[in-house]
Amino acid sequence: MRVKQLSAFLENRPGRLLYLLNILAEAGINLIAHNIVDASDFGIVHLLVDEPEKALQVIRDAGLVCSLTEVLQVAIPDEPGAFVKRVLEPLAKAGVNIEYSYAYSAPSSKEARIVLKVDDLELGERTLQGALGGDAIEG
Amino acid sequence: MIWNPERETMSRSELEALQLELLREQVAWAYENVPFYRQAFRARGLVPKDIRSLEDLQKIPFTRKSDFRDNYPFGLLAVPRREVIRIHASSGTTGKPTVVAYTREDLETWKEVCARNLVAAGITDEDTVQIAMGYGLFTGGLGWHYAAEHIGAAVVPTSSGHTKRQIMLIQDFETTVFCCTPSYAIYLAEQAEEMGVDLRETKLRIGIHGAEPWSEGMRKEIARRLGVDPIDTYGLSEVMGPGVSGECTYHSGLHINEDHFLVEIIDPQTEEPLPYGEQGELVITTLTKKALPLLRYRTGDITRLDPAPCACGRTMMRMERVSGRTDDMLIVRGVNVFPSQIETVLLQVEGVQPHYVIIVDRERGALDDLEIWVEVSEDIFSDDIGRLRDLQRQAEFEIREMLGISARVKLVEPHSIERSMGKSKRVIDRRDVY
Amino acid sequence: MVWSEIECAPREKIEALQLRRLQKVVERAYRQIPFYRRAFQRAGIVPQDIQSLEDLALLPFTRKSDFCDNYPFGLLAVSLEEVVRVHASSGTTGKPTVVAYTARDIETWAEVMARTLNCGEVTRRDIVHNAYGYGLFTGGLGVHYGAERIGATVVPVSGGNTQRQIMLLQDFRATVLCCTPSYALYLAEVAQEMGVNPAGLDLRVGFLGAEPWSENMRREIEERWQIKALDIYGLSEIIGPGVSSECLAQEGLHIFEDHFLPEIVDPDTGERLPYGEYGELVITTLTKEALPVIRYRTGDITKLTIEPCACGRTMVRMAKVSGRTDDMLIVRGVNVFPSQVETVLLQVEGVQPHYVIIVDRERGAMDTLEVWVEVSEEIFTDELGQLADLQRRAEHALREGLGVSARVKLVEPHSIERSMGKAKRVIDRRDVYGKGEA
Repeated sequence: MRVKQLSAFLENRPGRLLYLLNILAEAGINLIAHNIVDASDFGIVHLLVDEPEKALQVIRDAGLVCSLTEVLQVAIPDEPGAFVKRVLEPLAKAGVNIEYSYAYSAPSSKEARIVLKVDDLELGERTLQGALGGDAIEG
Repeated sequence: MIWNPERETMSRSELEALQLELLREQVAWAYENVPFYRQAFRARGLVPKDIRSLEDLQKIPFTRKSDFRDNYPFGLLAVPRREVIRIHASSGTTGKPTVVAYTREDLETWKEVCARNLVAAGITDEDTVQIAMGYGLFTGGLGWHYAAEHIGAAVVPTSSGHTKRQIMLIQDFETTVFCCTPSYAIYLAEQAEEMGVDLRETKLRIGIHGAEPWSEGMRKEIARRLGVDPIDTYGLSEVMGPGVSGECTYHSGLHINEDHFLVEIIDPQTEEPLPYGEQGELVITTLTKKALPLLRYRTGDITRLDPAPCACGRTMMRMERVSGRTDDMLIVRGVNVFPSQIETVLLQVEGVQPHYVIIVDRERGALDDLEIWVEVSEDIFSDDIGRLRDLQRQAEFEIREMLGISARVKLVEPHSIERSMGKSKRVIDRRDVY
Repeated sequence: MVWSEIECAPREKIEALQLRRLQKVVERAYRQIPFYRRAFQRAGIVPQDIQSLEDLALLPFTRKSDFCDNYPFGLLAVSLEEVVRVHASSGTTGKPTVVAYTARDIETWAEVMARTLNCGEVTRRDIVHNAYGYGLFTGGLGVHYGAERIGATVVPVSGGNTQRQIMLLQDFRATVLCCTPSYALYLAEVAQEMGVNPAGLDLRVGFLGAEPWSENMRREIEERWQIKALDIYGLSEIIGPGVSSECLAQEGLHIFEDHFLPEIVDPDTGERLPYGEYGELVITTLTKEALPVIRYRTGDITKLTIEPCACGRTMVRMAKVSGRTDDMLIVRGVNVFPSQVETVLLQVEGVQPHYVIIVDRERGAMDTLEVWVEVSEEIFTDELGQLADLQRRAEHALREGLGVSARVKLVEPHSIERSMGKAKRVIDRRDVYGKGEA
């Protein structure tokens, strides 16, 4: 359920995201999902890739600032109410705050995958393991 | 030490004779030179000669803050403009400030009454007085500045803010007297602790405080953490600025400079005068002001009076620490804030009638926090977070421009204010200021 | 009308007075201040060596760093009991430059500021809108005491609250504007945004100083406000504002020479330069009690002329300041040293910062001070909120440390070098000294 996510600092101007993703492409790293949060003049790009450690290295080698963060990744059935019942309600009940989250479609298309950065990783993980049981994917 | 023993220790009967003489002069001065007073007197069929005793004061109509607004900027002045050498201003209830003016003689009077307060607090010409009250249009900074200079102390005019620098200068300049609002004194202590500075080990010995309400608990805390004797002072710009009254070192009420300011306590509802000892609204009549004589001014401050002699030897009547307001005015970091001002600003920034609530809080060791929660309506929502942030920043900027203090604007979901605060409450004051 | 007779006195009379006062101040500094005694001894000089005004050149210079080394009160010639006022300005690092005044110094200051305002024919009938900052900065209180001395009405607005300033200018019908030249332009811009025509107000003269400005700016200010814009000069180490002022002829700033003795030196060799040549302004105070200063290197570049002025004043005039000998910036009237910025950033981040300072002045806007800081691995976090927080803390600390607000911009590593070239710490995009003028 825990996965390593890359976070990179970029200035908020044309071409910077292209520059970052090019680094990964040239290193043969596969991008699974990404998400951008921006302040006015800079932003942070969160990336899920197939080889996070290698990605970290090549991004740093290219002179960018980058770090690895542990986040939760869960799979839920692609049906109404699944995200609410299986993820959000249990986390809220356990008092776990979601700092940011993004979703992407899994290859099988029968399920949606959600990435969650939570304030209490341990508690979040335990809570979701209880709620999702075998549905939770291994990172 | 008493700055002006002749005046400050005169017998009550002598004082009252002096007051009557000055009152009659002041009333005549106002009547002759200010159309506003002439009209008010005429409406009551009153002429200055009708004032024959101090009790006759009650025949005179009240003056209110709104009269300043209605006569903005100079309608209440009793002298030609060339006689005026200083102008100050404080918050008004809406966009226009409350304007006050001084002749050279008024500045001399101001210096005198503030000097009395400083000396009553135990300050001498050997002290180094760091003035962290705001300088500028606010009367606090310059009022104390001239008085400290007058008694020959060394003045360090730091004005407000720059807390770390204030602490550094207290140490480096060996400041003995610190002049600030009471809440700032506690904030100062907190910041000093964070910097690893023990203010009790500095040369500080006296705190001159005022411009906002405070409690006995705060006094104890300031005394303990700064190692000073914290002295309460009272004043308002309409009347003069600081210098209306101040405590002596016995801390048993604030001596009113009664030879310049004539005080009454009234029931704010019935407007009937109340006897000594009863709590009510403080009403002040200036006795010696030249540029801006003020008759029976409703201060909005709730207190009571005690004419009994004080152990310090001063015969000037004492008022109790202010214990409340008769209106919805807030005092935040020494600045008067009217909810109507904030509504005006929000309306300008958003272009729509705002749903908002004002929250004032005082966390331990922090400065008063002014937060304004504004509901994000359809009219102002944008999916671009940058635009919402701009809106927030602009509202914060405009509020700072108008009030002179900063506020945090928090954007909240629709209806969340009603949900969490109950209906139509515009102000939540979580401090226990009184 | 001239405020004081001495302003129009024959040169011989002024110079005789200067010599008498110079001998006295040198003697006092030598006797009362160990710093000067040591400096004189090192130079092999005793006060009796000063027999003429030319002998001034024998004396060693005093520098800003001497204030820092003798912080806070080591340069005082009087005991602290005699001090009635303390002011402070930016130092090159954490500690401010401290100056002190006796009651007589405050009188002297009010006198030279009254002369300054009188240079623009201010009388007791005038209403002076004083938007210089009040507090430790000498600008606000300096103008304040001078205007009060004249008997004019002082409106002590201090800095900030620009919209309110416009409202008060209209409502109080001020006739005299005192602020930095860049703020005068910003005020005009804000007035226009509010639908107020600056030229339609009652202002007739402006006393603008505390930062360098060009003739182009003067033209623009005069046109938009329909005022006479006069340049005033001073520095807290010497007294504050009141060292020199333009008269209505606007042909250079009259130095109040009976209190401040000026020289121009070659900033590299320290050699004295003749009238008419550009160099560094050096000032010796002639009447200061608490803090006499001998041959202070101002860092300001100008030239002097002794030609008589149309206004009748005979005191030497200096040209508008046309540059600095060091890397000091003046932003919104506040002196900023790059070393201060570095100190602050180091404190906030806990790591040696990679930064660049960018000062800009857009049309109709206040000077902007931007500090670009590279985000290093040490300070990076994956949470936007924390980075935004770091940015805010740095902005707060800079405001506290510099006394002027700065915008901190977080940028990618190496982007400073990429865009600005190597090792440049300061980019000043303003044309404050009018170098671009024909």
